[in-house]
Amino acid sequence: MSAPALEVRALVAGYVPELDILRGVSLEVREHEIVTVLGPNGAGKSTLMKTIAGLVPMRAGTIRLFGTDLPGVAAHRMVRHGLAYVPQVGNVFARLSIEENLAIGACARTDRAAIEEDLARMYALFPRLGERRRQPAGTLSGGERQMVAVARALMARPRVLMLDEPSAGLSPLMVGTLFAKVREVREVRETGLSILVVEQNARAALAVSDRGYVLAEGRERITGDAHALLADPEVGELYLGARRALA
Amino acid sequence: MSDLGGLLSYGVFFLAQAAIFAVVCLGLNLQWGYTGLFNIGVSGFFLVGAYAFAILCGPEYPMRLGGFGLPFPVGLAGSVAAAALVAWVVGIPTLRLRGDYLAIVTIGIAATLQLVALNAQWLTGGSQGTGGIPRPLPEAADTVLGRNLLMLAVVAAVVVAVYAALEAVVRSPWGRVLKAIREDETAASSLGKNAFAFRLQAFAIGSAIMGAGGALHASFIGFVSPQDFQPVLTFQVWTMLVVGGSGNNRGAVLGALLMWAVWTLSGSLAQQLLPADLQVKGGAAQVVLIGLVLMAMLVLRPRGLIGEEAVVSREAEVGPARGAGR
Amino acid sequence: MIAQYAADGIVLGATLALGAIGLTLTYNILRFANFAHGEFLTFGAYFALVFAALFAGGQTLGPLTFGWGFLEAVAAAVVLTGLLALVLDRLLFRALRRSDVTVTLVIASFGASLMLRNVVVFVWGSRPEYYSREIAVRSELLPGVFMSADEVFVIGLTALAMLALALFLSRTRLGRAMRAVSDDPALARVSGIDVQAVIRWTWLIGGGLAAVAGALFGLTVQISPEMGFNMILPMFAAAILGGVGSIQGAVLGGLVIGLAQALSVPLIGAAYKPAVAFALMFLILLFYPRGILGGRT
Repeated sequence: MSAPALEVRALVAGYVPELDILRGVSLEVREHEIVTVLGPNGAGKSTLMKTIAGLVPMRAGTIRLFGTDLPGVAAHRMVRHGLAYVPQVGNVFARLSIEENLAIGACARTDRAAIEEDLARMYALFPRLGERRRQPAGTLSGGERQMVAVARALMARPRVLMLDEPSAGLSPLMVGTLFAKVREVREVRETGLSILVVEQNARAALAVSDRGYVLAEGRERITGDAHALLADPEVGELYLGARRALA
Repeated sequence: MSDLGGLLSYGVFFLAQAAIFAVVCLGLNLQWGYTGLFNIGVSGFFLVGAYAFAILCGPEYPMRLGGFGLPFPVGLAGSVAAAALVAWVVGIPTLRLRGDYLAIVTIGIAATLQLVALNAQWLTGGSQGTGGIPRPLPEAADTVLGRNLLMLAVVAAVVVAVYAALEAVVRSPWGRVLKAIREDETAASSLGKNAFAFRLQAFAIGSAIMGAGGALHASFIGFVSPQDFQPVLTFQVWTMLVVGGSGNNRGAVLGALLMWAVWTLSGSLAQQLLPADLQVKGGAAQVVLIGLVLMAMLVLRPRGLIGEEAVVSREAEVGPARGAGR
Repeated sequence: MIAQYAADGIVLGATLALGAIGLTLTYNILRFANFAHGEFLTFGAYFALVFAALFAGGQTLGPLTFGWGFLEAVAAAVVLTGLLALVLDRLLFRALRRSDVTVTLVIASFGASLMLRNVVVFVWGSRPEYYSREIAVRSELLPGVFMSADEVFVIGLTALAMLALALFLSRTRLGRAMRAVSDDPALARVSGIDVQAVIRWTWLIGGGLAAVAGALFGLTVQISPEMGFNMILPMFAAAILGGVGSIQGAVLGGLVIGLAQALSVPLIGAAYKPAVAFALMFLILLFYPRGILGGRT
């Protein structure tokens, strides 16, 4: 069996020296999988992504992309290794146009022709963006901004994509569209794209995922097949405080 | 015997000047060390105090405000009041600004005050300056050494008084509110404390103390001109505070003594070693040397020799957002 | 009469604009007010002086007081000053940035400014200098407006520099990367931008532009150790007036401050001219701190 696309082992990280937010998290995303990480607030979901992305320094543990160990690699170099990250907030360059946002997504690449192709593909995937490509990203609606954020990440032709609470602030309709697009993105890629999603909206995320983890107090507590998690009352407990299934 | 006398004379002169700087440094410590106010216009308030004293106590000059011939304590009080007033007027619009912006504005204020001193002939005598400023109790001593000792005693008394007052103030309820505001302004405001008013008071009092230093300087030297109040003065005082340790009144005094010693020593060295035509360059080298000391301190030991830990980091939380240079 | 003052104001404003651009760039990307920026102007002018002496001996170009030698000297000064800015950051500011104390940076830059000024005095002395012995003759370009060819050159070169910068920022990868970092440094990092490299280029470009501004000021006025420091407040005023972080804002601000200073002379006399920029900046900070075209305060 080949190495997982993304592998994290016993990861420890935090923002202030005295406090660890992540206390030895381990998870993996296999090639072509969509994995969702759930958990209550403060569990460390965002911190997990930021640490993998290189924004927060890790204190212990390992991070591997396709079997390659990547300890303490700078954020901008993680992109070159095939990792793309869409933060929850501050995920577009507000004063740059849509077009420029997408161009920046490809800044680590040098294959001009392929970049042009991908740009066209993004506009096909997200037609609204194509219509307004010269507009500053800061003037867009929440849903459109999210599209720009995801498209920006995809322009890097990543092998692993990380989405931090992509549905935050979106209407239920938009949430549905967004996750449909996420699945669609995975299908249209030539090379396998593996996706890690952190979400509060457990049902919507698990519905499109293959597997999931439930994070609590800096560590993974439950893991399994997405459908199984939806039906598991223990997940409901950790999540909703009530011992019943999420769906 | 005369050598010893000369050395003593020089020592007294040196200590008097160091003590004047100590006074100014204490004022800055109240503003920066205790309140977190970024005042890079120190020379301006020093200037106000000096000229106020000259006007109140100095001789009469034609077509110029002055010649009241008031006694020393009145002059000192007047200078303190003048500096406090200027700080109050300037502080009301200014202290709403934070961090960098406050710093820029205070530089401009000092520059403007110097500009006024340079041009307002009727007030300050313009670029020629004003002289004949009397010492306290001029009849009490008739040797140079005696007069300087007397001045030193007066200045030292002021240092002790200001030090004691500041130590008391910092422990008082007022001082505790100041500390609370410095640590967490939103919390303090929620308790009903008008943070702005406290900051303004600290700014005015600190500047008043600097004005006192200016008055002492004017009385000691006997002559003031706009060239005495350049940015290098502000720089010297800040270096003294950073080296000694901000947030700590003893640090302020220690820093003043130490850095003044470094300054005068390097000055005499330059004078001895350099030929006459390179004297100006010697002065320039002096500033560079002091600058290096400041930089080294900031990088290696930002709390200073005996300063508080983490005093300087307060503004970081309320100033402009963290930049990209990680 | 007013027109003459306005013309003088535009020449000064052009110099301020060039200097303010570098200032606003570093202020925006690095989030601190670099008081030593004025010294980049000063060093630019003095470096150009040194090289102009080396490249001397050519013909002057038409009505201008200088020849190709001067232009080459300015180019060399641009490179050296950019490097100076980079070295200053590397030696001083970077070490202080790690301690995460914004305010220490300002004091350090104030100190660095004083030191650099004195280095100039130490190396070159304190007497004013000039690039050439040629007298710049003013001729009547418009009714009532007298300008020398050098002054027209200043305006022209500044406009050219700004156009080049605008194209650079909008059309090149590095330019876009700089704008991205200025917009959101963390997002820039995860997008693959090497922010440290962008910072280095910011210093190089900011310092280089300041060098041009310094050389142009030296050309039309004089070269002295205090020249940059005398302009730091007007440059801050220009950057803040136009909106920190906005290049167009810095240009607009520069012109406004230049005009305001020149036009104030008949009103309050030349002596208080420096206070005008400060007063304007003060008013803007009080009532409209975002500036005319600004994004962030």
